[in-house]
Amino acid sequence: MNYAVFIWSAYGATAVALGGLVLLSFVARRRVRRELSARGLDRPREQRAGTSR
Amino acid sequence: MPSLHFLANPARFRRFCARVLPALSVVTALAVAVGLYWALVIAPPDYQQGETVRIMFIHVPSATIAMGGYVLLAVLGGSLLVWRHPLAALMARATAPVGATFTAVGLITGSLWGRPMWGTWWVWDARLTSFLLLFFLYLGHIALSRAYDDADRGDRAAAILALVGAINVPIIKFSVDWWNTLHQPASIMRLGGPSIHPTLLYPLLWMMATFALLFVLLVLLRTDTEIDRRRLEAAELAA
Amino acid sequence: MTAGAALFLRDLRLVLRRPGDVVVVLAFFVVATTLFPLGIGPEQNLLARIAGGVLWSAALFAALLSLERLFASDHEDGALDLLLLAPGALELAVLAKCAAHWIVTGLPLAVLAPLLGVAFGLDGRSLAAVALTLLVGTPTLSLIGGLAAALTLGARKSGALLALLALPLCVPTLIFGTGAIEAVATGEGFTVHIAILAALALMAVATLPWAMAAALRQAGE
Repeated sequence: MNYAVFIWSAYGATAVALGGLVLLSFVARRRVRRELSARGLDRPREQRAGTSR
Repeated sequence: MPSLHFLANPARFRRFCARVLPALSVVTALAVAVGLYWALVIAPPDYQQGETVRIMFIHVPSATIAMGGYVLLAVLGGSLLVWRHPLAALMARATAPVGATFTAVGLITGSLWGRPMWGTWWVWDARLTSFLLLFFLYLGHIALSRAYDDADRGDRAAAILALVGAINVPIIKFSVDWWNTLHQPASIMRLGGPSIHPTLLYPLLWMMATFALLFVLLVLLRTDTEIDRRRLEAAELAA
Repeated sequence: MTAGAALFLRDLRLVLRRPGDVVVVLAFFVVATTLFPLGIGPEQNLLARIAGGVLWSAALFAALLSLERLFASDHEDGALDLLLLAPGALELAVLAKCAAHWIVTGLPLAVLAPLLGVAFGLDGRSLAAVALTLLVGTPTLSLIGGLAAALTLGARKSGALLALLALPLCVPTLIFGTGAIEAVATGEGFTVHIAILAALALMAVATLPWAMAAALRQAGE
């Protein structure tokens, strides 16, 4: 029996699943951060004095 | 406990993440690289299972982390309901998809290991069935926490689910002891020490640590994002 | 009369005031069960072997059908808020509600199932096993379903979500219920299975009312 197919499938599926999750998580974080800074909310409150709330 | 309360403050947690995440990412990447090389190249084939034993190096860690992840969900759920820990809800939201993914990986790698080794993709024994249930419990947690417009309600409902479903984790752990299962009995955490040969045990332990690092990285990363997301939602409500 | 008994009788009266709801659930059970011999064919050996699983699964789905309304009607007309403010233990009220639900779903299913089991060619002992396992196992299903109903009260897509939450939690009961029926068919004793079903029911009674009460309090906020 060709075991290699099973082994590579297992490692491949794991890489896709976990690697994909890591990637998606970083991308989502970047997206939310971009959205926050677009609204000028990424600075601490004291520095936002004068901007509209 | 002072250390937990230190991190309970969302602002402090975010500063903690900002400091820790870059280094943690690098360390995790290195651990993965070393672990893969060790598991695929250095470790010898098993005298009984041949090369397929290499699947063990990803199946066992992912299944272990999957169970630990649900324990974390239950602890977070309890913290939320009892102490109204502000970060608990956000961390639970962040953790559930991670745990679900590790469970899926455990199911898939287990299936791919089972076919060449024991001749079957799947069997409805106690261990596999209860592990599959774990996957559904994760899915339920994910769906329930997002089923309400009021995020608080969703978080707290999911917290109750996490606590009720926690009984499944000891069932998974001890199922191979209580029932005759196709899945093999414990070979690491047993009285008398591990029964695996060191040349296979050490890469396995390394991969366990690597998967644990990966889990921590993902949970911290996603919790950080959830905090930001809540701030975004609060701002949208105020606008 | 104790508070719990009063609540139980009230819930029972409410459900029996609309017998159509109960009949629909039982009718679904009958229809779903009879689909299998129609779909699979009349081979007696095969039917007898799958009978336990079919009857139990159909009973589970039938019980789930009626759960969405368990707390919803009280939630809608404000009776739930009154219940949350009431001085008595909410856990007791919840237990009474689940008991009333069981009387009109689990109990009739346990009675109906052996009659359907005849159509699957089960022998007398197996039929008795079907009735007994459902009798002991369906209270657990009512409690788990009640928890799922309380958790999903007012949620989006609550019907599907209720099933998603309840079904995994019901699996152990399902496994031992069908296992008991199989054990009888092969001649081994089923006392162990019945004992475990009873243990599951006791665990459910001992823990789930508190979880349900917590969930309902969240719904009331």
